[in-house]
Amino acid sequence: MIKTKFDYDYYLRKNTLPHIWCPGCGDGIILKALLRAIHKCGYSKDEVVITSGIGCASRLPGYVDFNTIHTTHGRALTFAIGIKMYKPKLKVITISGDGDALAIGGNHFIHAARRNIDMTLIVFNNYTYGMTGGQYSPTQPLDSYSTTTPFGNIESPFDVCNLAQAAGATWVGRSTSYHAVQLEKFMVNALTHTGFSVLDVITNCHISYGRRNKMKSPVDMIKYQKEKAVAARSAENISAEELAGRFKTGVLFEKTDKPEYSSEYYKKMESIKTK
Amino acid sequence: MAMNKNIKLMQGNEAVAEGALIAGCDFFAGYPITPSTEIAEILSNKLPKIGRVFLQMEDEIAALGAVLGAALCGAKAITASSGPGISLKQEHIGYASMCEIPCVIVNVMRGGPSTGLPTLSAQSDIMQAKWGVHGDHAIIAIVPSSVNESLYETIRAFNLAVKYRTPVIILTDEIIGHMREKVVIPDKNDVDIIDVKLPDVPPEKYNPYNFTSGKVTPLAPMGEGYRYHVTGLIHGETGFPSQKIDVIQNAENWLIDKIYKNIKDIEKFEEFQTEDADILIVAYGSTSRSARQAITMARAAGIKAGMFRPITIWPFPDEQVSNLSKKIKKILVVEMNMGQVILEVQRNACGANVYGLNIANGEPITPDQIYAKIKEVSQL
Repeated sequence: MIKTKFDYDYYLRKNTLPHIWCPGCGDGIILKALLRAIHKCGYSKDEVVITSGIGCASRLPGYVDFNTIHTTHGRALTFAIGIKMYKPKLKVITISGDGDALAIGGNHFIHAARRNIDMTLIVFNNYTYGMTGGQYSPTQPLDSYSTTTPFGNIESPFDVCNLAQAAGATWVGRSTSYHAVQLEKFMVNALTHTGFSVLDVITNCHISYGRRNKMKSPVDMIKYQKEKAVAARSAENISAEELAGRFKTGVLFEKTDKPEYSSEYYKKMESIKTK
Repeated sequence: MAMNKNIKLMQGNEAVAEGALIAGCDFFAGYPITPSTEIAEILSNKLPKIGRVFLQMEDEIAALGAVLGAALCGAKAITASSGPGISLKQEHIGYASMCEIPCVIVNVMRGGPSTGLPTLSAQSDIMQAKWGVHGDHAIIAIVPSSVNESLYETIRAFNLAVKYRTPVIILTDEIIGHMREKVVIPDKNDVDIIDVKLPDVPPEKYNPYNFTSGKVTPLAPMGEGYRYHVTGLIHGETGFPSQKIDVIQNAENWLIDKIYKNIKDIEKFEEFQTEDADILIVAYGSTSRSARQAITMARAAGIKAGMFRPITIWPFPDEQVSNLSKKIKKILVVEMNMGQVILEVQRNACGANVYGLNIANGEPITPDQIYAKIKEVSQL
């Protein structure tokens, strides 16, 4: 763990600010938690690679002073896999929105999880395609509204964490942009876990999602996160009716005995290498 | 080398894999697709044994994504595919072009569109190689016509990719990819290999792009102290997105200029019996083999035919075609498609009549078919 005093300025590319996020957006809270978590992990700026896809959340890498790649829509994990496999010493983090990670990038999501490759995916889950103005995403709750579900959403949303666990990820957790301190702690857990870790962060897009769903201010949406979040350990004592429409937060799944893909590859390679 | 030639009987796809290894390829990611799969199979066996990475990804898009991720870390990376797979890869070919990431993409051409003819040959992706990506950009594409040439041109493809920081497309086809032929394996000391280098400036002075000096900036491998940003958005020389009109125009110009202003270094072609020719055959790849035979047949019958064979097909050898068309007034373009390179030849023909022999039925175009067309054209 690093001993030096934490300073946001050390990690930010200040000449690339201001960021593109709307006032009140939750993405900045997640960015700050990420920088604190990276600092706590003691990683040098040179050994961290951040890849992202397309969308509001995916603009994050441009603002932070690491090796950063703003890739194509949904494909950030594919770049990340190439990087991790070619230089396993690097700490690879992927930033993705809910549409980016689970709609256009859904295939890469489940296969990265299946391989259990050592990297961290942080899903900025705001239930919407914010950058394009608020179309429904694969995590948008049933019956909620968007510019493309003007009569209410009839599609069942993905539960990011259940999907990650089922596909083979070995660390799965959820927090929100309201729980900034917890968020940082979970990020440290996810980053230091060996294997594919997925952190689902419920964040607010009051502009594109909230306004159409009776939560037009950031405060409304932060309250929503506070009220709807149920700590995983308390969820056990709550009835199914009471849990309806809410989401569990916490470290929801952790497994340490599943082989990690990049180390398995290099192990296999050593065993067959031509002398 | 002349004394102890290392000669092997090899399949075209195998020659591409062998050429990649000689060029120093240390990363492959792909997805199975006929008729390119042998390249993946061979490299899945060979790369791990020499401590390098082979990945079979979940789809074609992911395969090129992984290649680009590795290439940004300094890998000499390659992927191989065909038909629908190449269509799926287009977005990442554009990303590689925009972000100037060196990589080699092999397209073992098969018939199309759509699933088309998975097991039969075609030359119908020539225009796709240049125009498949949205947005203005330039590309380098190479069309080998033999198994031996597939090996040497794969080495050249890697060199051009690193030198010009660009995706390079190798367009073989099902015929070249699957046939077996003699290959002369070069001694590693006899081939020029361009290596990935660290920039010659310290990290604090490094810009990942340079649009104005005319020189291609080396791509610093990520994780070696050169921290920078890569984005598919239009970016300035620092790598960060920009919407300033002069930055945008410079970036657009650069992607085209860096290839076209170096065309003399990138171009490669063969002329066969053109000196006294009355009819010029333009043919490339597998089709040029039949054309060569047809020319011999025509000459035996007293028709002076010759051939111009592009090896680098993009950028197109405008100047050579233009010059030849000034002295040879009949040009016959032979290709296994409905007419693609003929458009480039027509564009460059200075007063010559341009005819096409276009057969796209999955079968190789035979010397007899070409000879018959030569006779027909000679009587016009």
